[in-house]
Amino acid sequence: MENVQDHPFAGQKRRPTDHIMPVFLFLCAMISTLTTVGIVYTLFSESIAFFKQVPIFEFLGGTKWAPLIAPTHFGVLPLLMGTFLVTLISAVIAIPVGLASAIYLSEYASARVRKIIRPVLEVLAGVPTIVYGYFALTFISPILQVIFPGAGLFNALSAGIAVGIMIIPIVCSLSEEAMRAVPNSLRMGAYALGSTRLETALKVVLPAALSGVMSSFVLAFSRAIGETMIVTIAAGATPRMTANPLDSIQTMTAYIVQVSLGDTPHGSLAYGSIFAVGLTLFVITFLLNILAAAIAKRFREAY
Amino acid sequence: MSNTPIQASSPPNDREKQNIQKRKRKDSILKLVFLVATSVGIIALMLLLVTILMDGVRALNVDLFTQYPSRRASSSGLKSALVGTLYMVLIMLPLAFVIGVGAAIFLEEYAKKSVITRLIQLNISTLAGVPSIVYGILGLTLFVRAMALDRSLLAGALTMTLLILPVIIVSSQEAIKAVPSTRREASKALGATKWQTVQRAVLPSAFPGILTGIILAVSRAIGETAPLVMIGALTYVAFLPKNLLDQFTVMPIQIYNWISRPQAEFHNLAAAGIIVLLIILLTLNLIAIMLRNKFQKNL
Amino acid sequence: MNGIQIKDLSVSYGEQSALKQISFDIPQQSITALIGPSGCGKSTLLRTLNRMNDDTPGIQISGEIYIAGAPIYAKEVRVEKLRRYTGMVFQAPNPFPTSIYDNVAYGPRLYGITRKKDLDEVVERSLRAAALWEEVADKLKSHAFGLSGGQQQRLCIARALAVDPKVLLMDESTAALDPFSTQKIEELAKELSKLYTIVMVTHNLAQAARVSDQTAFLLNGELIEYGPTIQIFSKPNQGQTENYVAGRFG
Repeated sequence: MENVQDHPFAGQKRRPTDHIMPVFLFLCAMISTLTTVGIVYTLFSESIAFFKQVPIFEFLGGTKWAPLIAPTHFGVLPLLMGTFLVTLISAVIAIPVGLASAIYLSEYASARVRKIIRPVLEVLAGVPTIVYGYFALTFISPILQVIFPGAGLFNALSAGIAVGIMIIPIVCSLSEEAMRAVPNSLRMGAYALGSTRLETALKVVLPAALSGVMSSFVLAFSRAIGETMIVTIAAGATPRMTANPLDSIQTMTAYIVQVSLGDTPHGSLAYGSIFAVGLTLFVITFLLNILAAAIAKRFREAY
Repeated sequence: MSNTPIQASSPPNDREKQNIQKRKRKDSILKLVFLVATSVGIIALMLLLVTILMDGVRALNVDLFTQYPSRRASSSGLKSALVGTLYMVLIMLPLAFVIGVGAAIFLEEYAKKSVITRLIQLNISTLAGVPSIVYGILGLTLFVRAMALDRSLLAGALTMTLLILPVIIVSSQEAIKAVPSTRREASKALGATKWQTVQRAVLPSAFPGILTGIILAVSRAIGETAPLVMIGALTYVAFLPKNLLDQFTVMPIQIYNWISRPQAEFHNLAAAGIIVLLIILLTLNLIAIMLRNKFQKNL
Repeated sequence: MNGIQIKDLSVSYGEQSALKQISFDIPQQSITALIGPSGCGKSTLLRTLNRMNDDTPGIQISGEIYIAGAPIYAKEVRVEKLRRYTGMVFQAPNPFPTSIYDNVAYGPRLYGITRKKDLDEVVERSLRAAALWEEVADKLKSHAFGLSGGQQQRLCIARALAVDPKVLLMDESTAALDPFSTQKIEELAKELSKLYTIVMVTHNLAQAARVSDQTAFLLNGELIEYGPTIQIFSKPNQGQTENYVAGRFG
């Protein structure tokens, strides 16, 4: 029997890199996990401290938000209302426009037209939000003030329109992707039966792509809710319960910015409110993102 | 079996013809509607650009780049903001590159398909959907306070690194996945270790795609305002940061500062700042696209 | 002991059994063909010889294979070293997306050979052995993808030879090539078999008959028959062998 040492394929000792690399790479992957842990821990721990002083029911159910000046109120509903109002307006713009564009690009447009429009949408998606904020304040608002005399410079409608324009590319590109994934054989079958493009698009393609399309709506919604700079610049800083789009309001995100820019002392209740509002924001967008993923998965057609 | 012979369909009668006409008209009308809807996006973009150009062109001059911000619009400039953005990118880039690509390599090449890896993957896609201001809150608590970095350039750069990490990981994973497995096999069969195969056979092919993803991620970070507002990047910085722990400002924050001033001249300055910012971003995106096209064939 | 000895080799993926108790000996410096219908396990068998199967999820391997007289599944074996001894050429040519020179130099560079003089020597030697040198000597730095399919496959052979193996494993290496290139590579294989032990999986019965010295016929993971090629193709012992070779199934 041969000596183990004489085995022709016995190893030289492994180079250190081969041992170290996998560990290092694993650590890199863990940093992303730690980020989530960090976010969750920060939001929860600071919020818990906050809720020790402000009962959670007052926070979630109160309709007055006045954290900085006495008498202080910490009902978050006005902020939620403001966020929701802006988001609703943006959805009213983005969903029809985005979906219609997606249908056009996917079912009607020639390759040449698509080549021009796609980059335009990519550019729209890449514009920093502060640019939309500027646009809302200096262009959209003045026009609104002409159309609706008496409207203030800061209002939900102006911000909502800008946010809506911003999220059009999300709805459009994700919906278009979902529609393009529908196999051509389905379309051909419909055409062969004498359907018009419209009928094929609405009765065959869209239903087949529904999961992806609806998922894109939810994702766009989530993005709009998390939007900060446009609403900070254009929607105002007055938290109130209103359904009037011409009113000045304040969103959750804008409030967080307002407090950070100010001189609110660390450890004060107002400072702690950032985390409570931040937690609310995080939970809402988190749930929406999960919903979007679930919709995409659940109703995905198996081709 | 019925005795009725199979008949070829007869030509459409009047009612059927009318029906077809109606449907065709509906089709044409709605095609127009869809086209109009698509144009809305394009028109909005053009309006946006034209407005900004008109507002900002007046303030676009050399002074814009050489002056610090000041209380007088005529002597305000982007100097500190431009330099701040540059420094931030210089710190962010290597960190985000190493950690992001490292994580992607781990997930694609080393991790066995298990519950843990699926959780990590899920975690990363979740992070990509978290609003940027929440990263700001994290950065404030972790870097500014807990690590006592205060409102420094370093804290800002670290926060932005965390922000763009998920995006980089996902796009790098795509680039690595795109490398055909036959290449890995050939390397393995020649006696390469796992890391040698990754380093010599996979990464060179995936690199252009990875680079494109990083450039796009960095350009997103350059345009972000909210997280840095949370960190405390000051809105009025009339000096250049001299070290990592100095206070700083970046382009979007300076622009935001000018937007918040009521005077029209400051709005023009803001517009000019936006023009500069957009040019920077456009250049980066063009570079990314060029890279993507150039190396597409190499796969 | 030279050549390859396979003893009671069994391979399964989870529940699925791919190879059942395979035992036979492959003599050195000759060509042994593995034939059989799709799914018979011949590719799996080939890949056990350089342990390329190791990372397949759920794989279980029992039995032993001896190369250079030593068991290759022993604990002290470093797989990379084994793979240096056994080169592999795949079904479709898969050169790396770099120059011809860098393709061939890839292997030696893995082992720390970096001096230009040494690399130049290895590259030329390997390209000559693969009968490709004449065609590419003046364009070594040009991109490998610019070569024709047959040339790319010969490049892959040169690349495999560059690490100085003693065994060459060819997994349907001419399946993606035109007849002319196929012939060139068959001639190359015969030439190389004077120095290397070649094991080739092929779906092409005529090729097996043309080129190999021994042939092993597998069916459903079992070794049905193994012997000199002349015998397998003219007077096989097993009925199944005869049916397959006569083209009655497969």
